[in-house]
Amino acid sequence: MSYHLKTLTQLRAGLASRAFSARELTASFLNRMAVHDGALNSFITQTPEQALAAADFADQRLAAGETGALLGIPYAHKDIFCTAGVRTTCASKMLSHWTAPYDATVHQKLNAAGAILLGKTNMDEFAMGSSNENSAFGVVKNPWDHAAVPGGSSGGSAAAVAARLVPIATGTDTGGSIRQPAAYCGITGIKPTYGRVSRFGMIAYASSLDQGGVLGVSAADCAVMLQVMAGHDARDSTSAPVPVPDYVAQLNQPMAGLRIGVPRQWFTEGLAVSVATRIDDALLELEALGATRVEIDLPDAELALAAYYLIAPAEASSNLSRFDGVRFGHRCDNPRDLNDLYERSRSEGFGAEVQRRILIGTYALSAGYYDAFYVRAQRARRQISAHFARAFESCDVIAGPVAPTVAFDLGAHSADPATMYLEDIYTIPVNLAGLPGMSIPVGFAGGRPVGMQLIGPAFTEGRLLAVAHHYQQHTDWHQQMPAAYREDVV
Amino acid sequence: MSIQAGWEAVIGLEIHTQLATQSKIFSGAATAFGAEPNSQACAVDLGLPGVLPVLNAEAVRMAALFGLAVGAEVALESTFDRKNYFYPDLPKGYQISQLAQPIVVGGTVAIRVGEGGKAVEKTIHLTRAHLEEDAGKSLHEDFAGMTGIDLNRAGTPLIEIVSEPEMSSAAEAVAYARKIHAMVQYLGICDGNMQEGSFRVDANVSVRRCGDTALGTRTEVKNVNSFRFLERAIDYEINRQIELIEDGGRVQQQTRLYDPDNDETRMMRTKEAADDYRYFPDPDLLPVIIAPETLRAWQASLPELPDAKAARYQASYGLSNYDAMVLTSAKQTAAFFEQTLAAMGAAGDAKLIANWVTGALAAQLNKEGLEINQSPVSADLLAQLLLRVVDNTLSNKLAKEVFDALWAGEGTPDAIIDARGLKQITDTGAIEVMVAGILAEHPDKVAEYRRGKDKLFGFFVGLVMKAAKGKANPQQLNDVLKSSLGPCGEAGGEEGTQ
Repeated sequence: MSYHLKTLTQLRAGLASRAFSARELTASFLNRMAVHDGALNSFITQTPEQALAAADFADQRLAAGETGALLGIPYAHKDIFCTAGVRTTCASKMLSHWTAPYDATVHQKLNAAGAILLGKTNMDEFAMGSSNENSAFGVVKNPWDHAAVPGGSSGGSAAAVAARLVPIATGTDTGGSIRQPAAYCGITGIKPTYGRVSRFGMIAYASSLDQGGVLGVSAADCAVMLQVMAGHDARDSTSAPVPVPDYVAQLNQPMAGLRIGVPRQWFTEGLAVSVATRIDDALLELEALGATRVEIDLPDAELALAAYYLIAPAEASSNLSRFDGVRFGHRCDNPRDLNDLYERSRSEGFGAEVQRRILIGTYALSAGYYDAFYVRAQRARRQISAHFARAFESCDVIAGPVAPTVAFDLGAHSADPATMYLEDIYTIPVNLAGLPGMSIPVGFAGGRPVGMQLIGPAFTEGRLLAVAHHYQQHTDWHQQMPAAYREDVV
Repeated sequence: MSIQAGWEAVIGLEIHTQLATQSKIFSGAATAFGAEPNSQACAVDLGLPGVLPVLNAEAVRMAALFGLAVGAEVALESTFDRKNYFYPDLPKGYQISQLAQPIVVGGTVAIRVGEGGKAVEKTIHLTRAHLEEDAGKSLHEDFAGMTGIDLNRAGTPLIEIVSEPEMSSAAEAVAYARKIHAMVQYLGICDGNMQEGSFRVDANVSVRRCGDTALGTRTEVKNVNSFRFLERAIDYEINRQIELIEDGGRVQQQTRLYDPDNDETRMMRTKEAADDYRYFPDPDLLPVIIAPETLRAWQASLPELPDAKAARYQASYGLSNYDAMVLTSAKQTAAFFEQTLAAMGAAGDAKLIANWVTGALAAQLNKEGLEINQSPVSADLLAQLLLRVVDNTLSNKLAKEVFDALWAGEGTPDAIIDARGLKQITDTGAIEVMVAGILAEHPDKVAEYRRGKDKLFGFFVGLVMKAAKGKANPQQLNDVLKSSLGPCGEAGGEEGTQ
């Protein structure tokens, strides 16, 4: 059975009708992981025994006639969600042996819905990066081209879904970390509105920007998963007390009259022509489906980038202070004194990019610089939000690129962090404004996938998913698979 | 202690008040003192990766009550900031506090220093009071060469109450601290236990020559866990600074620890290189919003506070200003007074109770180092005792004897009176018989008295009281003796010459 070619809806139907068991399904994907992940390195930790046990339990529940939104459905977590009993590393040496004594809210919800965790995926260390090259557990390869990066920071989740090692996976997005790897790997990803998915148990990078979301094959699959993950959580003060609509039911809302805003500032010299062309094709397709294209202004993308690279490191510098070698995580050998314990534990435990951002953030918050950097960055952030608010006066959804190029070669930007930071120029404004954003595959350039970004006003995930779903009903880019991963594994 | 002539001191206090909530300020863990180390610290208190703070609404209410009680502005919107620094007992590497927008701004308390005619009243202004979380404790003594960390205290809610530098002596600082201490207990927002660290006072002290307008360099004195030590620590620090300057030295900005064993302050760390705490708004917490109607409800819920209670005691019970101040200086003292008064019913005598509570009871408590709620003589027992004074069963002297027996746990006042046969003799006839007997035994002294040696009256009182085993009603004895002896130095003299 080619389970990896089925949609989540088909898998749910098959499980419900007992056409196949959760154990068969789980074993099949575990088998794909065992065969393919040596090359991809998309997983940090695989949990086959727990997965099969959970699958057996799911089969009992299915046999008893129980239904659950994801009962018996295998998935993977980005290794940033805390899971009691399975280590949570954040792809850092600092946490390489750390196991949380509690479950993240997202994990609790997925567990309750009957989903089966197959493992925890690779990522940029502490979610800092756009290429998945900043991992203490090694780089992840792009399934479409092993010479290319999968994007980041949720690169492991994106690669695993693109290679169909799992049907669906969680991710987190602080500045583009779901959308950009989804684009690079030719899959569908959604970063919900800030506060839509609980951050409790999701190890913090930049608290005011971090948001959990989904990487899957299609918008319809993502809708099923997001339905389970979303909702207010009393344990996260910043989670939104807003009811969660029925995303699956909303998938078929009509497209007629939909105004799609296209930011003219995003289609300029910074954007690869091949990417721009694919997006234009997709926009034509959406117009053919009844949408209207309107030009909008979204200025100050460079300002957003600068603001992000002050705010996120500032918050990170504080969030990562708890990794001090005292209570958990990496501790240096034979510390001479307290300062030596701090310095060596942190220098040894954190990778270069994490240290770079901690230093930038510490600097930005320092007396004498705070007003010039942090305060101005917050002002810029409010300005970016205002730009979006104005844009949404004349459109319902914004469409544009996810990243300036397709996936770049491994090592291409390693020596130049500033160029790497430019990767996030179209995604970062969305995080600063706290809005929902998606990436959907719209074709290829040079054999590597191109993604299109969809952005909506706060809490319009249902409409974004519907737009993506309509597009995917009429195109098959999302069904394309890298050749090496298409066949059944024996 | 008075300050050396030509100098004045400038003192401001920072008081960390642990709020008496059931659970911590940002987690559901319990706040009880004295539990096994690290047994009351949940994942949030430990600062584990992934956890998030959730504000305890009760801590907000308590902080607001304090603000209302001191007439401050209680902010309808306040915010939390992170204060970043590394220390092993600070699990997250930052303390959640309020810098930019504290919940309480301003406010005043009235203090009174000195007694009687020399008493001086002064109003101390508060700068602010803000909510924050307590850190854990580092235990340096218990592990040779290592430091133990107990995170039970981590996350305990605090309000840090900051005064303006408006106190000019240790006595004023103590009066202010005592007033704040009384208020937080009246409000029921802090247990006030200084030994356990529920109420911690840090003093910022500087000195300058009289007439100078610029403030001197200040030091911060910490580790003061009683009012007595606070007074001594400040006095020590004032004198140290004056001597230092007079010897040509310069006061350095320092944090100093008070050492009660040697009665001195010692340098803990210099603040020359100012710490940079990199404060910024905590992105994990929303602004604290208080609805105006909630604030009004809290205002209406305020209990009677010390100043109002003292005024009422003077107006309603005719107590002196001094008695009223002493009785209201602590919530439990006022409660004890009021319980005693209530228990005495219609025969209640506020002035009498005040004398006993501020006199014999206070002395005994002080002697044994007990708080009034630990007194072996309860309000009910004291009321029963004083009823026997009011109805003349006991003289004040006998009452003190019964009080001592009550303190020793010998039973109820009536049982002690019976057991010891302490009932006062109020039968005039019986007293007359005793007086007649004594006078008959000392005819020469009677004659001397009648010739004018009035001092002998006391001699006769003593003899009769001795014969009565101290139980004769003193007033009745006086009356009977006076009429039996007749006038002193008039007819007696004449009679003597006949």
